[in-house]
Amino acid sequence: MTNNRSKSLRGLLLAAGFIAMAAFIFTGCPSQQRMLDTGDAAQKVYVAPGEHDEYYGFFSGGYSGQLSVWGLPSTRLLRVIPVFSQDPETAYGYSEETKPLFETSYGFIPWDDSHHPHISQTNGNADGRWIFINANNTPRIARIDLATFDTKEILEIPNTGGNHASSFVTSNTEYVIGGTRFSIPYEEDLDVPIDSYSQEFRGALTFVAVDEETGRMDLDFQVVVPPYNYDLGRAGKGPSADWVFFTTYNTEEAHTMLEVNASRADKDFIAAINWRKAAQLVRDGHGSTMPGEYYHNYYIGKQGYAINDIKNGVTVLDTREIDEDFIYYLPTPKSPHGVDIDPTGEYIVGGGKLATVIPVHSFSRMLEAIENGDIIDRIDGIPVLDYDSTIIGEVENPGLGPLHTEFDGQGYAYTSVYISSEIVKWSLETFEVVDRIDAYYSIGHLLITAGDNVNPEPRYMIGLTKTAKDRYLPTGPKQNHPAQLYDISGGRMQLLKDFPTIGEPHYAQAIRADKIVDRVAQIYEMEENDHPHAIRRIVDNRIEREGNVVRIFMGSTRSHFRPDNIEGIRVGDTVYVHLTNFEQEWDVVHGIAIKGANNSEILVAPGQTKTMKWEPTRTGIYPFYCTAFCSALHQEMQGYIRVSAADSDVPLTWRTGTN
Amino acid sequence: MIYPRTTFIIVLLFFIISFTFACGGDNSSDRPSGQADSPEATLSEFELEHGIGPVTERIELSVEFDPDLVEKGRNIYEMKCEMCHNMEGRMVGPALGDIMERRSAEFVMNFILNPSGMVREHPVGQELLREYMTAMPFQNVQKDEARAIVEFLREYNELN
Repeated sequence: MTNNRSKSLRGLLLAAGFIAMAAFIFTGCPSQQRMLDTGDAAQKVYVAPGEHDEYYGFFSGGYSGQLSVWGLPSTRLLRVIPVFSQDPETAYGYSEETKPLFETSYGFIPWDDSHHPHISQTNGNADGRWIFINANNTPRIARIDLATFDTKEILEIPNTGGNHASSFVTSNTEYVIGGTRFSIPYEEDLDVPIDSYSQEFRGALTFVAVDEETGRMDLDFQVVVPPYNYDLGRAGKGPSADWVFFTTYNTEEAHTMLEVNASRADKDFIAAINWRKAAQLVRDGHGSTMPGEYYHNYYIGKQGYAINDIKNGVTVLDTREIDEDFIYYLPTPKSPHGVDIDPTGEYIVGGGKLATVIPVHSFSRMLEAIENGDIIDRIDGIPVLDYDSTIIGEVENPGLGPLHTEFDGQGYAYTSVYISSEIVKWSLETFEVVDRIDAYYSIGHLLITAGDNVNPEPRYMIGLTKTAKDRYLPTGPKQNHPAQLYDISGGRMQLLKDFPTIGEPHYAQAIRADKIVDRVAQIYEMEENDHPHAIRRIVDNRIEREGNVVRIFMGSTRSHFRPDNIEGIRVGDTVYVHLTNFEQEWDVVHGIAIKGANNSEILVAPGQTKTMKWEPTRTGIYPFYCTAFCSALHQEMQGYIRVSAADSDVPLTWRTGTN
Repeated sequence: MIYPRTTFIIVLLFFIISFTFACGGDNSSDRPSGQADSPEATLSEFELEHGIGPVTERIELSVEFDPDLVEKGRNIYEMKCEMCHNMEGRMVGPALGDIMERRSAEFVMNFILNPSGMVREHPVGQELLREYMTAMPFQNVQKDEARAIVEFLREYNELN
């Protein structure tokens, strides 16, 4: 009896201890967070009203499909740039000018999952001209112009499933890369059994050339590789600038229950590709053309409207058919996730997701191994190098589930660790952990200011975490994902701030504001408005009918539309409202909304022309108004459209200013 | 508590005090003036007659109109002014058909080039704002373009 009771007591204590431990692991202990004294932390993140932040932070929106822009260190949200998802606030994806950006070989797709923003680079440092971001689900890459903070271009990536290892640029933005997470049958639309995986499925690694002047993308070539999952990629820098590196997992070639079946092998690979040599092989005619329809959508004109350029066929280098070696596999422990290159370009750091160490390869040793022929195998023509001949260090005790690494340029690397929810700082000299700090909770990527550049700036670090749990006031069963701002300018990492973001902040980059601010446009100059439906003189406001298509050429200024009284529209008409904003003052925006229109409002920046499509289905008087609070007489900025029956003979008339 | 409340309050006070002193001086110039000093008292004679802005001395006007300049001025007027101004009769802003009889060329140019300054600091600008209740926006017009608009308005005035 006594014995039994003591047993059950012991069990109870054990359970209580376990629960306490689990609570500690999963929720941390706020009173023991290592942060600066509250006053110091407040001072470090305080940016006075009217003052500007030192850094722009660009955070991917993850499953929101967008890109959010933050001021750092204040963590003030500056803007959300819509990229892969429709945005009724700005009419992105609703206006006629932006709808073509959403077209793919599968039709109009209103959403995607955006993961890895990457700022264009010059000499290995972010230059602030453009930022690229990938779409995971229906593979695409977008380019955002950092003069206007608008998405200007979206390129579909054919023959790819899950463009996750994207959109990282090379040192001088020669290429932006893509990689297939899911290997799929390479031949377009091939209908085969799923268990023909090893025979029919292939991976594709994509190289998109970027025009130096305009940023316009062009799918240059793809490398066809064995059917693994290609997870992440990064370009080399300095001595390794001609190379890009991709991680692989599922070298087991599983196609079901990957959680188990793709976690068996002790080592998977990092694929190292000499892109300059690969490009030369393509130039020398070693590639072949594979069919593959894809959409290339981009803005034309000075202020721009998007068009669809439908393409077919892509140049491929198939490792099974090419004798020259330009790609090598570096064995790397246990389903590596991230692959990150240190500022010197020498160290290739794998995030050994399931490994107990962080493996670090040496670029120079890799070149030696290639030179010496330290090849242990060939897979579909790809040489597999000897692990011992490329590895230079293994960081012991990095926590559970190391994922991604960035650098401070002072000899240290910082690796996010998912399962144990922490960031570890380790030395690139001794490969030993020197500091660790908690993340709240379950960290994915991290960023350091310019932390993937040749010249990192050891100021701030942000951890991008996956669950908020108890960190803020609760907002229901699904909460926004958080991020934490740390100070890394001293010896130890210090938590400064913890803040909610939009969507899932998957990866982010930060760039010094002075690299961007002088390039930012304040208006679209009216003299340069080459939109085919713009009006450049207000006297040109008019309405044109061609059959059932009616075009309203409308102008706006504070605080009226011209025309603002319109009659003669009929049920069954397709009406295009082309609204030109005649303002030339920074940040003075006009919008238009029409009652009953099955569409969003449209917002028009100063000097810009935007188009709303409207198909009225009922007769009556339709009020319309300016949606942007533009002036003291904003509430007077309105008009009426009369819609008559389909067979009505009400003449088409328009006027302004005479009652 | 690890972080004593008193420390926090002291830091907060420090911020408040330092910002009061650091920024207090600048702000007054952004506010509409005219409450304390009458603008007439602070403006020069030139500014009172010819406006406040980048045009700070008399410009030469030829007796004959320059047809190229008139045409350039007409184009800019139609693109950037006509939304709000009629030649005859009030609209959002005042009629411009006879403006060159009422104002000097320099005044018109300064109003185009520095509209926010004019309605804030010039007695005529302030009066116009009270009358029309809409501040004229800057329309990204350069000095040579404002000169062209003046030429166009001069010719219109002459011919009509």
